[in-house]
Amino acid sequence: MKLTKDQVKYVARLANLSLTDSEEEIYLQQISSILEYIEKLNLVDTQKVKPTYNVSGNLNVYRLDEREPGLTQQQVLENSSDAKKGFFVTKGVFKEE
Amino acid sequence: MDLTSQTLTQILSLLNDKKVSRQEINKAYLKRIKDLNSRLNAILAVNDQSDGIPAAIKDLISTKGFRTSAGSKIIEQYYPPYNATVIERLIRKGVSVIGKTNQDEFAMGSSGENSAFGATKNPWDLSKVPGGSSSGSAVAVAADMAVFSLGTDTGGSIRQPASLSGVVGLKPSYGRVSRYGAIAMASSLDQIGPLTKSVEDAALVLSWIAGSDGYDSNCKPQEFVYDPVGLNKGINGLKIGVPKEYFGKGLDLGVEKVIKDAIKKLEELGAEIIKISLPHTEYAIAVYYIIMPSEVSSNLARFDGIRFGKDRAHFGSEPKRRIMLGTFALSSGYYDAYFTKAAKVRTLIKQDFEKAFNPPAGGVDVIVGPVSPTVAWNLGEKINDPLKMYLSDIYTIPANLAGLCGLSVPAGFSKGLPVGLQILGKAFDEETIFKVGYAFEQATDFHTPKPKL
Repeated sequence: MKLTKDQVKYVARLANLSLTDSEEEIYLQQISSILEYIEKLNLVDTQKVKPTYNVSGNLNVYRLDEREPGLTQQQVLENSSDAKKGFFVTKGVFKEE
Repeated sequence: MDLTSQTLTQILSLLNDKKVSRQEINKAYLKRIKDLNSRLNAILAVNDQSDGIPAAIKDLISTKGFRTSAGSKIIEQYYPPYNATVIERLIRKGVSVIGKTNQDEFAMGSSGENSAFGATKNPWDLSKVPGGSSSGSAVAVAADMAVFSLGTDTGGSIRQPASLSGVVGLKPSYGRVSRYGAIAMASSLDQIGPLTKSVEDAALVLSWIAGSDGYDSNCKPQEFVYDPVGLNKGINGLKIGVPKEYFGKGLDLGVEKVIKDAIKKLEELGAEIIKISLPHTEYAIAVYYIIMPSEVSSNLARFDGIRFGKDRAHFGSEPKRRIMLGTFALSSGYYDAYFTKAAKVRTLIKQDFEKAFNPPAGGVDVIVGPVSPTVAWNLGEKINDPLKMYLSDIYTIPANLAGLCGLSVPAGFSKGLPVGLQILGKAFDEETIFKVGYAFEQATDFHTPKPKL
């Protein structure tokens, strides 16, 4: 299926990717042609078929609700470029930034 | 003695007999890396403190305190605060990480050209691709820069570079090896596995890394027991399925000849060759290129530049493309037509294998065929056509969709470049595919030549 420019912009927003105009154009072409190839799945009759999401067969894997050792606060913060006073820094979600 | 050409089994024997020391082994391999890496670009970061049995590890796998980049600029400066389970287990066996290997960014690619740090070169011909996405891991073993390596396989990323670079590569059954510490690509398809110089080495490494650790909910508790006696039992009477769909249009004639000769050899060794059909093979690529990007779009959402890494503009074009594709396939209004539909066809592909392995009349024990439709191609040849690149994964993808185990063993050469034979087994039947691979390897000489470097 051929995507529209608006669809590409919408998907990019959902995916939290900021694309340049030329990237939008390139991805529109490439993704459209990949989706066109994918259309061949419509030739397969799957009316009575259940989807497979997990081939391990495992369901509801539990563990005891007990504390186990984890990472220290320092370890958790050390790969962020601007952690402050033991916190990650992120964009504000309220009016103040 | 030429230490760098030794297999893992040989190195262990030399160490056991005190004929060589760990320092000597590491010195030899570190020198070889120094001599070759600028030409091959297989290793991204070298550990010159390596002091155990030197293994090269795909940079997708977390190594504590040692830079882990997944082949991407976005986590170019990421130092994991923990080791992946497979690394912990290898360390306990006396292995050390001699280097982190180059790869297609976030395991997305079939050639090694999608690395943010330059392509890895095929040691058999430096103008050719080594395959991907575990490109550096395959080349490190092929060029004797490590005793063995670990890679990951989501749609063929261990088996295909193993085939194109002339080494042994194993994709374990889904659920065989814990994925804890491997940066996730597609959670229902990913597996970590060994690339080695011999079949027995691959079986040994699998025995070291297999079994649940409590951190991967899809990893089963079964151990894999290394059994050198059982490995050598031969394949007399074994039923080997050859799918007719794997020998059609698109398969290079030179590759086809090597594979057909390999199948004849298996027959000489006592196996019964049975023609089978896997009718939904032609849909595998379409299924994979919906399911995998969908899972990718979810798994790569964590790279937001807040807790680690840089902002999402630092993704390369292949990750961006797959994130976009997956986000679309999962979006409201398209989810049923794409993701659910693909998951239903996945069921049919899985059932094709179940019928082949266990039909009412008694099925085949393993399935063989090519790993790749061609030998290694020229650097730059397919890079501008993503779909063309995707189509080369046709023979490897089905095993990931169905959760089976798959082995690539060197089976010969075409146009001077390596060709791998693929041996697929039922889930958790690595024992049988190793047996077939070992019998073939021992009866042939394709594993002995080394690239001239």
